[in-house]
Amino acid sequence: MKRFVGFVRKEFYHIFRDKRSLFILFGMPIAQILLFGFAITNEINNVDIAILDQSNDVTSKEIINKIAASKHFSIVDIIQKESSIESIFKKGKVKAVLQFENNFGNNLIKEKQANVQVLTDATDPNMANTISNYISSILKKYQQELNKNINIDYQIIPQSRMIYNAELKSVYMFVPGVMTVILMLVSAMMTSISITREKEQGTMEILLVSPLKPFQVIIGKVFPYIFLSVINAVVIVLLSIFVFNVPVNGSLFLLGIESVLFIITSLALGILISTLSATQQTAMMISLMGLMLPTILLSGFIFPISSMPLPLQVISNIIPAKWFIIIVKGIMLKGIGIGYIFKETAILVLMTLLFIGISVKKYKIRLE
Amino acid sequence: MKDKNVIQVEDLSKLFGDFAAVNNISFHVKPGEIFGFLGANGAGKTTAMKMLIGISSPTSGKATVAGFDVYKEAESIKKNIGYMSQKFALYDDLTVKENITFFGGIYGLSKKQIEQKRCELVEELGLQEVTNSLVASLPLGWKQKLAFSVSLLHEPKIVFLDEPTGGVDPITRRQFWEMIYKAAHNGTTIFVTTHYMDEAEYCDRVSIMVNGKIEALDTPKKLKEHYKTDTMNDVFLKLARG
Repeated sequence: MKRFVGFVRKEFYHIFRDKRSLFILFGMPIAQILLFGFAITNEINNVDIAILDQSNDVTSKEIINKIAASKHFSIVDIIQKESSIESIFKKGKVKAVLQFENNFGNNLIKEKQANVQVLTDATDPNMANTISNYISSILKKYQQELNKNINIDYQIIPQSRMIYNAELKSVYMFVPGVMTVILMLVSAMMTSISITREKEQGTMEILLVSPLKPFQVIIGKVFPYIFLSVINAVVIVLLSIFVFNVPVNGSLFLLGIESVLFIITSLALGILISTLSATQQTAMMISLMGLMLPTILLSGFIFPISSMPLPLQVISNIIPAKWFIIIVKGIMLKGIGIGYIFKETAILVLMTLLFIGISVKKYKIRLE
Repeated sequence: MKDKNVIQVEDLSKLFGDFAAVNNISFHVKPGEIFGFLGANGAGKTTAMKMLIGISSPTSGKATVAGFDVYKEAESIKKNIGYMSQKFALYDDLTVKENITFFGGIYGLSKKQIEQKRCELVEELGLQEVTNSLVASLPLGWKQKLAFSVSLLHEPKIVFLDEPTGGVDPITRRQFWEMIYKAAHNGTTIFVTTHYMDEAEYCDRVSIMVNGKIEALDTPKKLKEHYKTDTMNDVFLKLARG
């Protein structure tokens, strides 16, 4: 035990004295979560929109003025007929078109409700979503003002329609994704690099000749990263709750346990990579190309797995990140318990055991 | 000195597929002896040494190190030997003090022992000024002397040195050998591989490996007589070239 403590202390010295690894460990997660977070929840400014006012009455004019006055939108075109909507979108001149129905003002007074259609260009799904939310809120505000003055409930009903990508399947659930990528990066890449560094420096030999058993060496090397990765996971969850208001609907405890499981899976992968590579560069390349890219591209983080071609869908199953993202989304967003993510958890456990098994075998072969 | 050998090797072989990296070697090393283990690159020195220090298991043959069997008692061997490899092997990003504490720790020394050893060692090497500096900032010669001292921290019966003086200037090499003599004088057996033939002259006995076999084994003096040359260098060339 005392040996172990000494070993772990040494690992922490390595980590804290290497500015590069410190940056990857702590700078990267915070930078990434903030980047992704703000890139997605960023408020919109001066978005070009067009108006199709088929009613042309006082009420619609008032609403148009309100929109024109807001800093979020600038009205660049007033179109006269419905058929020009498509061409204006195709030209890419505007991101949204606001279409007032015939007799908008009259309908509002007589029938107490009136329709306005918000058409958005959903080639950029997040943008589309945000625009439609902003316009809805302007309409709502106007409606409230209206109802304050007159004692009747008027309802303006905005009908949002996303065109070009109606289902919005790729709405980024960035927190689970970023969390997965970072835990993978820190755990797998950093451990594989730190183990191969010992090999390169020749200190691994010294350690193997010492009375320390090989598994003690490996656990000693890996332990600090479990600790640091847990801290990272906590930071990410806190940032997402307090900076981005992402809800955690499920059990934080379960989320913690699953995160530790995924950290261990990644560490096992890191160890496996280190048994395959002789130099730090190789370890880094394998981690980046072999782990990071598939983790980002094939795990469902950015591109929905359901829209991938079949072969890629099959491949995505062997990517640990895919299962962890399902787990995190389930716990954070859907608030589900272990019963619903039992299969995913079991898969991660099996993968971890497999990685450890192969590493042990490789390690022995190398010692022969 | 008792005549029980600290290293006893009989017909030791290591095969990689059909290739015999080490081919039926036999030798013994006496306590307190400085045993030079020479051979050209690829002659099988490192493979043989790895079997003796317990990180590679032999294909056939018998060997004991410090009285322990290399097959069954590798763990006991590890506690009783020191090792310094040809690559410099302390941690560059740790200070002198931290390196000593770490290596003392993994050999199971108590805090008190480490503290005491560290004071001795720092004083002996004249490192008082730099105990809290990173090892990276020391000149190579100092590093190597420090690495040697660190390999002796736990007072091993035998210390294995794998080309310990690679890349060091002649003066430092001389000082390094003084340290080796001192350790041998204190009863530590030294098993050293080297490429420098002048260093071979410093050894009590020398073995020369060629293509996995030990072709010659004797004191430097007798080897030179036998091969009718003036220097170990010529002995080596005669053997290595066949």
